[in-house]
Amino acid sequence: MNNPHPGRTEENALKTTSLHGLQVELGGKMVPFAGYEMAVNFPLGVLGEHNHTRARAGLFDVSHMGQIRLYGDGRAGALEALVPADIANLGPGAMRYSQLTNDRGGIIDDLIVTNANGGDHLALVVNGANKDGVLAHIQAALPAGMELEHRTDDALLALQGPGAAAVMARLAPGSEKLVFMSCQSAQIGGVACHISRAGYTGEDGFEISMPGNRAEEIARLLLAREEVEAIGLGARDSLRLEAGLCLHGHDIDAATTPIEAGLAWSIQKRRRASGGFPGADIIMAQLKDGAGRKRVGILPDGRAPAREGADVVDGDGKVIGAITSGGFGPTLGGPVAMGYVHAEHGGTGTSLGLMVRGKTLPAKVAKIPFVPAGYFRG
Amino acid sequence: MSAIYYTEEHEWLAVEGDIGTCGITEFAQEQLGDIVYVELPEVGRAVAQNDEIAVVESVKAASELYAPVSGEVTESNDGLADDPAKVNADTMGAGWFFKLKISDPSELENLMDGAAYAALVAGQG
Repeated sequence: MNNPHPGRTEENALKTTSLHGLQVELGGKMVPFAGYEMAVNFPLGVLGEHNHTRARAGLFDVSHMGQIRLYGDGRAGALEALVPADIANLGPGAMRYSQLTNDRGGIIDDLIVTNANGGDHLALVVNGANKDGVLAHIQAALPAGMELEHRTDDALLALQGPGAAAVMARLAPGSEKLVFMSCQSAQIGGVACHISRAGYTGEDGFEISMPGNRAEEIARLLLAREEVEAIGLGARDSLRLEAGLCLHGHDIDAATTPIEAGLAWSIQKRRRASGGFPGADIIMAQLKDGAGRKRVGILPDGRAPAREGADVVDGDGKVIGAITSGGFGPTLGGPVAMGYVHAEHGGTGTSLGLMVRGKTLPAKVAKIPFVPAGYFRG
Repeated sequence: MSAIYYTEEHEWLAVEGDIGTCGITEFAQEQLGDIVYVELPEVGRAVAQNDEIAVVESVKAASELYAPVSGEVTESNDGLADDPAKVNADTMGAGWFFKLKISDPSELENLMDGAAYAALVAGQG
């Protein structure tokens, strides 16, 4: 059997998050990820952790992600020059999902932008694997008078699942009333935190930003609630895949546009009309005429998972696309995938073939999300 | 009385007469985590030592099994198709993958005994 313990040879130069010690203490199986050593799973196992998050509440350490603040008058306009979302009309405490695009309309990174409530800045959360490049990209584009701050000492926890609100109601009373994609400042156990109603599992949930040196005590407070279990990267990936959410570097990258990726919903009306972001000519043309390929959900017919990189073929065996994320969906109880196909094959229910180990597995285009979202909208 | 051999690829092979029963080791199942799919060889297939012969998939990844010795597949554990979690629950029992009629018993000399395999795992765990 090949390589049952990937990554063990390259753990030398890895960084650690504030919760590394706690993850080890909890029995986490530590692997390299985005330059950090983090737990891929805990003794509960990927399946158990996935199912626990869907049923109750899971605690994720996502401190490897980049937390960035943008200060300065005109910051919304400065950011709008880099992303296609409407930032200028983001109300106090409101958050938006967007993408940093390049001149070809490709996605340099995807990110969450928050207009910090009562604050003097925009807060950005970017992917851990991309954060250094993203910082340089934004910095290079900023007009004079803007200041970019990389909050390297802050930690980020996510509490996800239908039981998350009850936990937050006990630890930060009032935060359970936040609606999806909004945030507030609040104390947890005497520590000043930023709490948002957000996450990347498809479940209701929260993300909590705090000083890294207080992260472990807050994590312990959360884990002390009987409905909360620590969850690793493995279940984080299967949860986001079932939720139909993109992983940068896999489902989206510098060569895919937001329109091809099915992210047109994240480009608000004003920006569609005015443009003014990198690659706007290409993205606006695709908004009008459609893109030649599109990201779709794919359900293999049998039990065999199709993994990232597998070719997608039509009935004649002609390659019409590729899988970008694929595996086993514990909530669905079977294999689940996402990938790109030529637009004419993108209709729900279209029959496809997936090339796995030289064989063609029958599959169908399916609606995403595969599992209904549990977001709290008030 | 069967003899049990191990491979560097974390497979076990229990030999009784000229029939070898093959599966993955406890160490391998622990490293892989929850098994969600197995692909087994067809009965009658002839394989050479180290040929890819089966596939085991966890939630996250797919891994190949290699034939520990040359031979012909005499049986596959079809029960694993519906319940691949048996591999986690009982690796060296109900979680076996396939049986081979061993064509060249001298190849068994390339495999490890229990003590040698334990030493290998101790260095990797």
